[in-house]
Amino acid sequence: MVIMNYSNNMKLETKTIGNIFADNPKITSRNVNVFYHDKQAINNVSLDVGSKEIISLIGPSGCGKSTFLRCFNRMNDTIDGCKVEGNIVLDDQDIYHPSVDVVPLRAKIGMVFQKPNPFPKSIYDNVAYGPKIHGLASTKDELDSIVELSLKNAGLWNEVKDRLQSPGTGLSGGQQQRLCIARAIAVSPEIILMDEPCSALDPIATAKIEELIHQLGKNYSIVIVTHSMQQAARVSQRTAYFHLGELIEVGLTKQIFTTPQDKQTEAYISGRIG
Amino acid sequence: MSNNNKNYTLMDAKKAEEIVRSNVKKRKRKDIVLKSIGQFAIFVALSFLVFLFASIFAKGIPGFFQHYVTLEVNLDQKRLDPKGDLSADSLYSGDARKLVLEALYKEINPKGRKQKKAAKKILSSNAEIRVAQMVLENPSLLGKTIPITFALDDDIDSFLRGYIKRDTPERDRRINDTVIKFVNVLVEKNLVDYKFSDYILSGSASRSPEIAGVKGALIGSILTLFVCFILSFPIGVATAIYLEGFAPKNRITEIIEININNLAAVPSVVFGILGLAIFIGVFGMPRSIPLVGGMVLGIMTLPTIIISSRAAISAVPPSILDAAYGVGASKLQTMFHHVIPLAIPGMLTGTIIGMARALGETAPLLMIGMVAFIVDIPNSIQEPATVLPVQIFMWADFAERMFVNKTSSATIILLVFLILMNGIAIFLRNKLERRW
Ligand SMILES: Nc1ncnc2c1ncn2[C@@H]1O[C@H](COP(=O)(O)OP(=O)(O)OP(=O)(O)O)[C@@H](O)[C@H]1O
Ligand SMILES: [Mg+2]
Repeated sequence: MVIMNYSNNMKLETKTIGNIFADNPKITSRNVNVFYHDKQAINNVSLDVGSKEIISLIGPSGCGKSTFLRCFNRMNDTIDGCKVEGNIVLDDQDIYHPSVDVVPLRAKIGMVFQKPNPFPKSIYDNVAYGPKIHGLASTKDELDSIVELSLKNAGLWNEVKDRLQSPGTGLSGGQQQRLCIARAIAVSPEIILMDEPCSALDPIATAKIEELIHQLGKNYSIVIVTHSMQQAARVSQRTAYFHLGELIEVGLTKQIFTTPQDKQTEAYISGRIG
Repeated sequence: MSNNNKNYTLMDAKKAEEIVRSNVKKRKRKDIVLKSIGQFAIFVALSFLVFLFASIFAKGIPGFFQHYVTLEVNLDQKRLDPKGDLSADSLYSGDARKLVLEALYKEINPKGRKQKKAAKKILSSNAEIRVAQMVLENPSLLGKTIPITFALDDDIDSFLRGYIKRDTPERDRRINDTVIKFVNVLVEKNLVDYKFSDYILSGSASRSPEIAGVKGALIGSILTLFVCFILSFPIGVATAIYLEGFAPKNRITEIIEININNLAAVPSVVFGILGLAIFIGVFGMPRSIPLVGGMVLGIMTLPTIIISSRAAISAVPPSILDAAYGVGASKLQTMFHHVIPLAIPGMLTGTIIGMARALGETAPLLMIGMVAFIVDIPNSIQEPATVLPVQIFMWADFAERMFVNKTSSATIILLVFLILMNGIAIFLRNKLERRW
């Protein structure tokens, strides 16, 4: 049992090895437990996400990475029988407080999924949908420029600018994933959650997305779940290793991959678990 | 393992091939047997269908035609319009019948009371109404002598079609020798035509087959289905949306679900009893009106629409829901912007099936009195009406020979109506279906 000093002198109980704190935290999660019906999927996890930081979550399949990620924008609310305990604070606001509305929360925290899932609508409508429902654009011109900028930031503009009205589902897998990223950034979020965003893509498309993540990291906090350790090493500043619902170790990516403190982490990194 | 290898050597390739060959024959035989059984089943089913359609069309097509006679009628002003004001009242009380009969007598020259009585049987009872109507629509015809085409009485029609034979003894025939003689005179004078019936599509219910038509029933069906659709489609779709998207998963919703599924299997006549007890009994609505009929059929159609709409909604890929929730769409927005547009084709399919069933339904409508003999063509959902299948049911019950054909004709009209309705729905569905 490790007792850590909280910033304001509160004590935090955690078994996690390494520094769970971020210098300039955007999200702070404390003692998070997640249950699917009676089965516990996340066990007492505490972790900070710094602002404009890219943090990757790694670990063997079924260890709870997706579950933990989905706590941040309350996507677990949409799953029957899923219960989240603990404390997750975004910019001084407890996001699980009963008075919190998930709509503005999810506008603030964008999400990109494992399988590209564009709406069965035009490319333009895919990107414009979020700004439209949140009322971010008051004129058509404004909306146009949001769409253009989002697509540019997602590195897709040059490929689709001549066919904005054609269906988003007609793009290649990698293009679809970048469209989904454009859709997420169109509502000007502060944080982007990515759940294995490249696992359905070929190496070239993956490289493009990684480059994009790198660019986006300058303006957004990004939490990325990945199965590729090389990817975690390439894109993230910090890495958190999960095992069987527990956060085993967290630290600077370089340090986790070169000198892991925990035996399990080392075994996973060196390819013995997974 | 290596020790056992001595005992179990693999079979010689040639021998194996032989065995496989001999088995292949057996397997092929089984395939062929199964295939022939399937083909035979399809053949039986198809022959039933062909037989059904052949018999309906063989009887029904002639039902769309009938025999007419053309007579030179003197439209005498004084006798047709006794009050002289050209009003319907005056024209219908005029002497049209005598004028028509005079025109007929001129052609066949009946002698004496007996022959005249026989001659009167030749024309449809509708003849004088036809004259009065013609004049009502076009008063400038008054005073002229013009050729007018009249429907022949259904017995004469049957005779001309050969359903009544000359060689049957006179007292077993519905028409006597004198009448036959007169008809033959008309035929010889080339005054009789066999042509497309004026009445089958535009006529209303009647005991006389030669002027009976399906217009009243057709409009009754349209009005009834309209009420049924207006009631069942929105309620059904809204129920499905609520149950799929918003309802908490608990005991109550479970019970509702089971009941909806059971309701789909309830015999239709039960809904008729329900309509009789509630709409007519409790609310005191009138019998025989499309409003009540449509409400009964609407309740009957609800489960079908709910079940298929729910299936359509739950078939929408969850990744789309994730995407919508992910950008911050509310539940309602997710439903209306993403789920329903994708589910509408499936919802329409269920509606087509439900409405097609409602169109062909008789039993519940009999319960609420839509079987009444209604001559007037309904103008609104609050006027007594009957519907096509009930009309078919009633005609099938009438004794006159020509109603046999009319029954099949009405069946053809019902089928065409059904195909038309489904065609529109399928067209709509394909239009709404997104192809990406
Ligand atoms: N909807 C659900 N209902 C019940 N149990 C679930 C559900 N989703 C996940 N779980 C369980 O929760 C645990 C964590 O699942 P999670 O999807 O978070 O794993 P993961 O680390 O993302 O795995 P992977 O790398 O394969 O995506 C697993 O044991 C899983 O079986
Ligand atoms: Mg996962």
